[in-house]
Amino acid sequence: MENNVVLTMRGITMTFPGVKALDHVDFTLRKGEIHALMGENGAGKSTLIKCLTGVNDFEAGEIRVEGIEGPVRNHSTLEAQKRGISTVYQEVNLCPNLSVAENLFIGREPMSKLHTINRKAMITRARQLMEQLHLPVDVTRDLEEYSLAMQQMIAIARAVDMDCKVLILDEPTSSLDDVEVEKLFTLMRSLRDKGVGIIFVTHFLEQVYAVCDRITVLRNGTLVGEYPIADLPRVKLIAAMMGKDFDDLASIKPEGGLNVSKEELIDAEGLSHAGKIKPFDLKLRRGEVIGLTGLLGSGRSELARAIYGADRAQTGTLKVKGQEAKIRHPIDAMHLGMGMLPDDRKAEGIIGDLSVRENIILAMQAKRGIVDLIPMKEQEEIADKFIDLLQIKCASRETPVKQLSGGNQQKVIIARWLATDPDFLILDEPTRGIDIGTKTEIQKLVIQLAQEGKGVLFISSEIEEMLRTCNRLAVLRDGAKVGELSGDMTQEKVMKTIAEG
Amino acid sequence: MIHAKPAVKEKKSMNSNTILLLLTIGLFVVMYAAGCIAYADKGFSKLQTFLDILKNNAGLICVTCGMTAVMITGGIDISVGAVIAMECMFLAVGVESWGLPAQLLIPLMLVIGVVFGIIQGYCVGYLGIQPFIVTMAGMFFARGMTAVISTQQVSITSSPLMTQLSTMKFNMPFEIGAYLNKKGKLMVPNVSIYVIIAILVLIATFLILRYTRFGRSLYAVGGNQQSAALMGLDVRRTRFSAHIFCSVLTSIGAICYVLNTMCGTTRQALGLEMDAISSAVIGGTLLTGGVGNVFGSFFGVLINGTISSLVKTNGKLSSSWPNVVTALLLCFFIVLQAIFAKVKARRS
Repeated sequence: MENNVVLTMRGITMTFPGVKALDHVDFTLRKGEIHALMGENGAGKSTLIKCLTGVNDFEAGEIRVEGIEGPVRNHSTLEAQKRGISTVYQEVNLCPNLSVAENLFIGREPMSKLHTINRKAMITRARQLMEQLHLPVDVTRDLEEYSLAMQQMIAIARAVDMDCKVLILDEPTSSLDDVEVEKLFTLMRSLRDKGVGIIFVTHFLEQVYAVCDRITVLRNGTLVGEYPIADLPRVKLIAAMMGKDFDDLASIKPEGGLNVSKEELIDAEGLSHAGKIKPFDLKLRRGEVIGLTGLLGSGRSELARAIYGADRAQTGTLKVKGQEAKIRHPIDAMHLGMGMLPDDRKAEGIIGDLSVRENIILAMQAKRGIVDLIPMKEQEEIADKFIDLLQIKCASRETPVKQLSGGNQQKVIIARWLATDPDFLILDEPTRGIDIGTKTEIQKLVIQLAQEGKGVLFISSEIEEMLRTCNRLAVLRDGAKVGELSGDMTQEKVMKTIAEG
Repeated sequence: MIHAKPAVKEKKSMNSNTILLLLTIGLFVVMYAAGCIAYADKGFSKLQTFLDILKNNAGLICVTCGMTAVMITGGIDISVGAVIAMECMFLAVGVESWGLPAQLLIPLMLVIGVVFGIIQGYCVGYLGIQPFIVTMAGMFFARGMTAVISTQQVSITSSPLMTQLSTMKFNMPFEIGAYLNKKGKLMVPNVSIYVIIAILVLIATFLILRYTRFGRSLYAVGGNQQSAALMGLDVRRTRFSAHIFCSVLTSIGAICYVLNTMCGTTRQALGLEMDAISSAVIGGTLLTGGVGNVFGSFFGVLINGTISSLVKTNGKLSSSWPNVVTALLLCFFIVLQAIFAKVKARRS
C-alpha cells in the first residue's frame, strides 16, 4: 500500500435486482485529508459507503485498510467500527435519553472493582475528551438537551475516541444552520490535522469547496474521476455530476414564445421554511411556465411545497391573484385555485387500488368537501373527458390505477388536478421515469395549459426539458434561490448559474 | 479537580423527567396528608396504616420493579399477574396436596420464573415478536395452568415454615410511631418479612438500573434501538435479559404475595399486571421506552395503595372508586408526559 494511504477500494461492483448500482468503482483515501464523494441521487454514493461499512455486500472488488493484512470485507457496521471505520449519519445515531458521557462510553464504560460502572471515571474521561475537541458540553446532561449539530459532534467525538482511521460523514449538514456547519467544519479540520481520513458525502457544493481537499465524482454507478479540489471548478464539477447525455427533441414552444399576460397569479415574498428553504421571492403571471432548476436536494420541491402549504411557510407573504393569502394546509391552496403534482407519485399521489375514475375525481371531491358528493354520472363524464383529452391508455375508467404504466399513472394525476380547474399548477418531476413519447406529450400539455391562461411551476432534473418548456427559470442552490434566467437560455448559462449564482 | 468550563452559568435546569418524578412524590404526599386530616378519627394517620399499605402491596412492588425494567426497553409484560397466580397455586397445592416442603417449593417458584422469562424473552428478543402478544400468550398459559393445578381455593395451613414466615413481624426500631391502645397496651408498628424483601428488591433494582452495564443497556435500547446496536450493544440479548429479570422479580413478588394471602386461587392477582403498568406510568416510566425510575414506580404503587386504603377507611364508598381515580390519574400523567414531549420537540 502506498505511503499515507489509509483506505483503497478497487473495482467495487454491486448489483441490485435489475440495476448495476456500482460498476468497477475505485476510491482512495489518504491520511489527513477531507475527501468529498459527489454525485446526484442514485449515482452510487451511499451504496459505495454501505459496501465499505458492511451494510451491503459487494460482488467484486477489493477493500484494503491501512494496518490490516489482506483484503477487508465488513459484514456489519460494528465490524467496520472495530477496524477503525466509523460513520456519522445525518440522523444522529445516539441515545437521546442518556447523558452525553454515557453516549460517549456506552458499551465500553470504565468499570470499578465490583464490576459496576465507575460513573466518576466515565464523567472525567468524557470531560477530557470534550475539552480536547473544544466542545462546550456539560457531559452529565441528557443528550437531547443539545442541538442536533452538537449531537452530531458528540457522535464524531465517540467515533474519534474509538480510534477511527476512516471517518465517514454522510450528509451531516443537511439539518444544520450556517453557524453550526462552520463549527462542524472546524472540528473536521482539527481531526484532519490529527491524521484522520474523512469521507464527506454531501450535495452542498459550497461546503465541498469550503472544507474538502479532494473530490471523487460518481455518476450512474460508475467512477467519473478523482480530482484535487483546485483542478475542478464548480462548473466542471456540475458537468461531471450531471453528464451531458441529454435527449434531443425538436422545439415545442410556439413561434414567438409564450403569450404571457400581465396579471400576476402568484407573488411570493420572503417565504421560507426552516431547514428546508431559505427566504425567496417569486412572481408568476398568467400564461407563464416557470422552471425550477438546481441540483437534486437544492430546494426545488421545497420551494414549491412552501407555496402550496405542504410545508407551511414560516416567514414571508404570499399573494394569490393580488390578494394576500394565508395558506396553512394544501386544502387552502386548492380553494385558491392551486394544484400540485408531487414528485413521488407512489407515496404522495397515486392510490393504486382505486380506479382511474376515482383517482381523477379525488382532488375535486376533496375541494368540494366530503358531504357534497359528486354524482356518479358527473364523475363518469369527467373521467371520460380526461381519459380522452390526455389519451390515458387504460382498459376502462374502472381499471385500478396500479395496472397502468408509469406514464399513464402520471397522466391520471395530472388529470386529477386539471379536473379541479386550477389557475396555477405545480408539476414536480412530472416526466420522471416515463418514456420519451409520453414525456413530449406532457411537455406539450404544459405549454397548452399556459396558453389557456394558467400558470405553471415546472420542476425537472433535465435541463433540456426545462429549456424546451419554460419561458423563465429560477435557479436554486443549497436551499436558496440564487438567480433567474429568461430570454435566451442555454444549458451552459444554467450550469453556470447553478455553480456560481 | 478544575475543569475549563464554558463561561455559561452551570445552573442545572430541571429535566422534565425529574419534574414528573417530583410531581408523583408530591401527589402522594398531598394525598396521604389529606387522608390523615380527613380520617384522623379512623386512625389513618397512624404509622401502621402506611406500613399496611406496604404490606398489602409488597408483591406488587416487586412486580412493578420488573415491569419498569421491561418498559424501559420499550417492551411490556402482561403475564405477570397470571404467573403470580400460577406460582401461588403451585406452592399451595404443593404444600397441601403433594406434601412437599416449602423449602423446596420456594426455590422451584424462582426456577419457574426463570424458565418463563427465558421463553418469553427468547420470543421477544431473538425472534422479534411483539412483547404484547408473547406475554399475552404467557398470560393465558399461566392462568390456564393455575386452574389445571387446582380449581379450588387452597389455603396454606400445613407448612410450619410458611406460617412462621407469614406471621413473622419486625417492630419499628426505637418504637417509632408507637402508641397506647384503648386497653393501655403499647402498640409498636411492625412490618412483615415480605415488606423487607420488597424494599430490598426495590433498592437492588435501583442499583442495577443505575450502575451496571445491563441496566444502562436497557435505557439505551429503549431510547433508540438502532443507535444502541450501532454503538455495539447486543440489543437482542438485552431485551431477552430484561424479560428474565422481570420474571424473576415477579416470582419474588409471588412469594411476597402468597405470604400475605396464604392461599392459592384461580382468581388470585387478577389484573395485577395492569396495576403494575399503571404504577410504573404514574411513576414516570414511558411506554415508548428509554425513560423510567424504580423509585417513581414505587411511589406509583403507593399512590394506588393509598387510594384503596382511603376508600376502605371511608367505608361508605363503593370499592370501584379506586379504579376510577387511578384512571383519572393515569390520564393526568400521560397527558402531562405528552405535553412535556411536545415542549421538548419544539425546543429542539
